[in-house]
Amino acid sequence: MRRGFAPWADAGARALLRLQGVSKRYGDIVAVDALDLDIFEGEFFALLGPSGCGKTTLLRLLAGFETPAQGSILLAGEDIAAVPPYRRPVNMMFQTYALFPHLSVAGNIAFGLRQERLGRAAIEARVAEMLALVQLEGLGARKPHQLSGGQRQRVALARALAKRPRVLLLDEPLAALDKKLRAQTQFELVNLQARLGTTFVIVTHDQEEAMTMAHRIGVMDRGRLMQVAEPSELYEQPNSRWVAGFIGEVNLIEGRVAALEPGIAVVAALGGHFRVGATAGVGPGDSVCIAVRPEKVRVANAPAAAPTDNCLAGSVVDIGYLGGMSSYQVRVADGFLVRAAIANATRRTTPPIGWDTQVCLTFAPQDAVLLTR
Amino acid sequence: MMARWRGGQGNWWAAFVRLAPTLWLAAFFLLPFLIIVKISLSQTAIAQPPYTPTFDLAAGLAGLRAFLAALSLESYRILGSDFLYLASYLKSLQVAAVSSVILLIIGYPIAYGMARLHPRWQPIALVLVILPFWTSFLIRIYAWINILQREGLFNTALAALGLVDTPVAWLSSDTAVYIGIVYSYLPFMVLPLYATLEKTDATLLEAAADLGCPRWRAFWLVTVPLSAPGVAAGVLLCFIPIFGEFVIPDLLGDSRSVMIGQTLWTEFFANKDWPAASAVAVVLVGILLLPIVLHQRAQARADKD
Ligand SMILES: Nc1ncnc2c1ncn2[C@@H]1O[C@H](COP(=O)(O)OP(=O)(O)O)[C@@H](O)[C@H]1O
Ligand SMILES: [Mg+2]
Repeated sequence: MRRGFAPWADAGARALLRLQGVSKRYGDIVAVDALDLDIFEGEFFALLGPSGCGKTTLLRLLAGFETPAQGSILLAGEDIAAVPPYRRPVNMMFQTYALFPHLSVAGNIAFGLRQERLGRAAIEARVAEMLALVQLEGLGARKPHQLSGGQRQRVALARALAKRPRVLLLDEPLAALDKKLRAQTQFELVNLQARLGTTFVIVTHDQEEAMTMAHRIGVMDRGRLMQVAEPSELYEQPNSRWVAGFIGEVNLIEGRVAALEPGIAVVAALGGHFRVGATAGVGPGDSVCIAVRPEKVRVANAPAAAPTDNCLAGSVVDIGYLGGMSSYQVRVADGFLVRAAIANATRRTTPPIGWDTQVCLTFAPQDAVLLTR
Repeated sequence: MMARWRGGQGNWWAAFVRLAPTLWLAAFFLLPFLIIVKISLSQTAIAQPPYTPTFDLAAGLAGLRAFLAALSLESYRILGSDFLYLASYLKSLQVAAVSSVILLIIGYPIAYGMARLHPRWQPIALVLVILPFWTSFLIRIYAWINILQREGLFNTALAALGLVDTPVAWLSSDTAVYIGIVYSYLPFMVLPLYATLEKTDATLLEAAADLGCPRWRAFWLVTVPLSAPGVAAGVLLCFIPIFGEFVIPDLLGDSRSVMIGQTLWTEFFANKDWPAASAVAVVLVGILLLPIVLHQRAQARADKD
């Protein structure tokens, strides 16, 4: 990842792609719902969301296969909502690759270049360049059905990149690959994007994939963008219960703001008081949610003599050994289950804290997030 | 032991299923064809059956030798020397080739339109294509005689539109033959085309559009090449039976310029010259094997790469 690349943080930067109030319906289903989004030149942007949330539809709106019912799609300042796909400087890599079965690998890669009426020599040179880029030299004469899944994926990538698109759209590009190949290809895609500097918009339902590859991630649910942020911010600073729950694991503790101190909100929940870094706009009496990730919960062996703030007393009901980590399930007040993860920093065969042990779970105020949505 | 026995039975059945098409062809094509070949090597005779020699099993080996000695290529010599036969073959070739092209030109848009219909309407369109088969083929050809005759529907319509002053003689012409053939064979062109076009992956057309290809060009660059197997099947399915077509040219065509099917009929039923008729049939089969072999070769090549 390029260091210091963050045009979204720069108020003066102009977006390459700007979606304003874009909606798309299929009958009664609202696939994309009044969506606003800015994507910047050179960015690797991931659309992440559960199946059916509208990711593919959004990508198809960008490619031009669907026209928005409302809103505008600006590419470098020009509204392209009504421009047909064959005139958009945008290319798509299809989830099924959609390689032309009657054409060779070279024929597939050259297909888009032929539409530009480039000279024969120029096309051949570009095809050779693309074959080298995706490391398929020597396979230009093969037909798609003579290739492995991984090779087909590369041909699809080369074909989509051959025309030097302003934006490359990738719909679940790694979904059809096996796990090992997927990890390797993720890495290659990131390198390729950094080298070419082309803006990538990738769709995925795999959060790990989005986290490792993208500069920024847009999390979608039911046609809406829930949060757009860098991977670390998305994880450490989710803006809603839904995002916190969707990205990684989290404990969501519902409560009510009892008091406000400078920078700190005191929340009454589960029969105790919790001090959490305050979010702007919360006031006493508001119902809020404390989101704390399992690895940020500390597990103390002996229950505290007297209950203090930020302490959840309970007993261990489940322990999961995951190699690098052990996962604890602790039943606290009201039967509420809290998950804590402890790094296995030393070699041990028995858990340092056993089943049914009375423990005290604590977390620092800055390690939890106060959510209002 | 039981398992072995059952396994043996299974193998028998599998072998039968594998051989069934071959057995069928041997019994209902190869054997009759060999009989026809044999008759084509005989001479006409006023007898029952109307040719010699006939093979007499009772005469034994000497009989067989006499039988073989009596066979000759005389019928084939006649076939080569009389221009009538060559003219009939060429006429058949012309009619089959031209009809196949017309059928393709008419059938392709129909099949393409059907394949692009909403899936709910496709079965209905399919039924409409097959619907003519509900009526006897012969009746439909007679209906065309009715439509095309001097005072028929077609001329009446043309006159009503002011396109002609005097009725046109449509019957007994190549035009009438082409109309009858194209009408009768259209389903055989449309169905295989529809079957391939219907399977075309819509994503491929989107990929073409994405790569800068407008819709009409994507049709030529993607849809048409991908439908090649359907085109080959449709053309083959029409070309071969049209080549040997008898009823349509006999009822609608000009009797001075006949197709090979008509010549064959005349030899058999009017001239009672079974050997000549058989020779005509054998050569016909030989000619028609050619496009089939070419098609199979092309397919084998396509499968290989
Ligand atoms: N062509 C279509 N016709 C009708 N509904 C559609 C169509 N395409 C997508 N949808 C619906 O729109 C919603 C979003 O779909 P999609 O964008 O494919 O989701 P995702 O890619 O996130 O899984 C889904 O509810 C889906 O059923
Ligand atoms: Mg999708």
